[in-house]
Amino acid sequence: MALSGVEIFKLLPKTNCKKCGHPTCLAFAMKLAQRQATLDSCPDVSEEAKKILGEASAPPVRPITFGSGDKAVKMGEETVLFRHDKKFVNPCAFAVEIKDTLPDTEMAAIAERVMQSEIDRVGQKLRIDAIVLSNASGDAGKLEAAAKVIASKAAGVPVIISTKDAGAAEAAAKSFTGKRPIIYGVDSSNAEAMAAVAKANKAIVGIAANGLDELAALTEKVKSLGVEDMVIDSGARKAKEIIEHNTLIRRAAIKKNFKPLGYPIINFMQREDGLHEALVAAIGVAKYASIIVLSSIEKWKNLALFTLRQNIYTDPQVPMQVEQKVYNIGEPKAESPLFITTNFSLTYFIVSGEIENSKVASRLAVMDCEGLSVLTAWAAGKFTASKIAQFITESGVEKEIAQKELIIPGYVAILSGSIEDKLPGWKITVGPREANAIPAFLKTRA
Amino acid sequence: MAFTPTKETYSGKVYSVAIGAGDGPVTFGGENVLPFHSFEGATPNKPVIAFEIQDVPPADWPENVRKPFESVSGDPVTWAKYCQDELKAAAIALRLVGTHPDRENRSPEDAAKTVKDVLAAIKVPLIILGSNHAEKDSPVLVAASGAAKGGNCVIGKAQEANYKTIAAAAMANNHKLIAMSELDINLSKQLNILITQMGFEKERLITDPMCSALGYGLEYTYSVMERIRLAALTQNDTTMQPPMLGDIGMYVWKVKETQAPESDLPHWGSLEERGIAWEAVTAIGLLVAGAEFLIMRHPKAVAEVQKTIEELI
Ligand code: B12
Ligand code: SF4
Repeated sequence: MALSGVEIFKLLPKTNCKKCGHPTCLAFAMKLAQRQATLDSCPDVSEEAKKILGEASAPPVRPITFGSGDKAVKMGEETVLFRHDKKFVNPCAFAVEIKDTLPDTEMAAIAERVMQSEIDRVGQKLRIDAIVLSNASGDAGKLEAAAKVIASKAAGVPVIISTKDAGAAEAAAKSFTGKRPIIYGVDSSNAEAMAAVAKANKAIVGIAANGLDELAALTEKVKSLGVEDMVIDSGARKAKEIIEHNTLIRRAAIKKNFKPLGYPIINFMQREDGLHEALVAAIGVAKYASIIVLSSIEKWKNLALFTLRQNIYTDPQVPMQVEQKVYNIGEPKAESPLFITTNFSLTYFIVSGEIENSKVASRLAVMDCEGLSVLTAWAAGKFTASKIAQFITESGVEKEIAQKELIIPGYVAILSGSIEDKLPGWKITVGPREANAIPAFLKTRA
Repeated sequence: MAFTPTKETYSGKVYSVAIGAGDGPVTFGGENVLPFHSFEGATPNKPVIAFEIQDVPPADWPENVRKPFESVSGDPVTWAKYCQDELKAAAIALRLVGTHPDRENRSPEDAAKTVKDVLAAIKVPLIILGSNHAEKDSPVLVAASGAAKGGNCVIGKAQEANYKTIAAAAMANNHKLIAMSELDINLSKQLNILITQMGFEKERLITDPMCSALGYGLEYTYSVMERIRLAALTQNDTTMQPPMLGDIGMYVWKVKETQAPESDLPHWGSLEERGIAWEAVTAIGLLVAGAEFLIMRHPKAVAEVQKTIEELI
């Protein structure tokens, strides 16, 4: 919640000079409150007022870029509590913990798994985003050596250095110069020293608090020491506390514009059991975590968590969709089969994936149905015989193919007759219902 | 700056619904806060998970979820007892898929007999589900409701096309009723209103806003559930206050991620764990969105979700 018009008015010069283009300072203040004007229109506003107003109008959750280069992770900038109100902005990052007590070979093996973790799903590239290097040994030299291993084996992957020892943090941070690491472990005992290390290394501070009160006090303290970019951990570890604290933090930031908690949240979710860990992480994905720390990154677990994150962070107003056109799969010849489907991303990627699996070069006509799945589009009157006929005719695909045959999804078999009526000279073939039956279907035709 | 948490006070409350007779009823719902927000209100009951079984052997279930029931799933009574005694099921959901005209096309009388036998064999609450064939479900669920009289069961699912007969049968035999609509908060509200206008008490309803699997529309179910819960709690909309069901197993165990072998898709990892994770993560997503009652299949997925629920309360 930003300042009210009256609160803003109190900070303006109150001369009603009209230079801002408004009849009075109060009128201008009202426009500012509604975000329909910007402060720079008033030439006479004081520096102090600028500072206060600037802070009040900053996004409720501070935007921060963690890491650098093409693997950098954007965090914060969230504006709502519920995804149906407005799209959640920056998908949470998944980070895996590597302890500095592990042998180098094992550290390298985990780093390798992170590097290989990328999966393509519905056209998005998803991966384990970051590594937490933790100073489990308590030894600064060990942490520094481990940092070197990670900097070379997982080059470019954003890193969180986790230690309470400012000296150890300093030594490890040298391996990530210019890479915007997070230095996590800042508490009331070490804040000055850690903040100094973070400043010197242009790092983000990771606050490790014990409860929300202490968390708010610590961010204020670190800010007064000259560090602006922070990620915050309230100390919540149990699922119950994670929901409670994450909700109270997000609420305070969004509804009250409470700056001391307006930072991205980091949650430590490590559990002995890989599946249990995945389930606690799932709660974090839905409920406001910006970084989720895991102890293991099995492929099945990654796939499930990436998919959930994708679901939660899609735009609730506009389904993910692909462009309307006739896509070539492989290098189709004149006699290659022609399929049709809708432009819902999920549908397109499933169907094109299965056609690829069949290793039969094909054409896939993707029709704009406002991003709806086959059955939804059919039920909504967007995937009808006449619209399909019009699309096929206008696409000009006819000129590229030897036989005018169109394969339609099995779920809309009912359309085959009416499409044939509307596309004279064409043969309409009903394909299987589920896309995973396409390879077998193509085999029987060969 | 001292931190004063913003606590919400909600004007509405979810009805608590008690099901089952036998060893005493099992209750879910009853909270006056968003899911697991025990820090600002009352959450008297934990979500309940029912094990799904069916009237015919699960030949259409993928191997990974068929395997754990291999020796018991030939017969619904044995299967139900196994879930109750060995898996400590809180409730059993019997799906009468064999009545579907495209399947075994079993008669309502057959269905009624299966229901009677299963009910007689177990002490935990029974949920009786049709085959999701709107027309056939009417006579099947009418017969099943009669056969289960006195069991305080849950009958499902009443949809726009068939709610009248099914709701009347559930009402006459004192059961609870699942009302299912298609992923739309207004349709869900409208169906609940239509059913209560017949004289069916809204305190005996369970809302199924229609489930979907992780990666296959989960975000739609998630947001419809969140919106229903907010309407119930913040606007005190009594038509949106019945507890919600996530009928998870049947949606999850048909998607590719629960079936494709690792040899085909090495980057997807172990099939067995992947399938279980798919069902369990879907369940957690819906619990966080507001479901109080789940129907699931895999014993390991149920156990892990249960463990996570314990951590949440
Ligand atoms: C999510 C969803 C929605 C979302 C939309 C999601 C979207 N972007 O499309 C929302 C909530 C908006 C919605 C709305 C509606 N929906 Co809807 N929805 C669903 C749901 C749950 C999942 C759909 C989905 O994403 N499927 C996944 C995609 C990948 O499936 P697909 O596109 O069909 O592709 C598969 C196959 O068809 C095949 N395939 C695809 N293309 C091709 C091509 C060829 C050549 C071949 C061989 C195969 C093939 O491969 C794919 C995988 O196997 C289904 C029920 C369900 N669980 O299936 C209902 C469902 C599709 N909806 C339905 C209905 C009725 C509606 C509404 C009319 C109801 C309403 N609430 O008003 C509206 C219409 C929308 C509108 N008016 O704008 C009905 C359709 C009934 C019918 N048989 O016609 C369904 C089946 C629900 C039901 N009754 O059981 N829906
Ligand atoms: S320019 Fe500034 S001082 Fe002049 S009227 Fe506008 S707000 Fe007031």
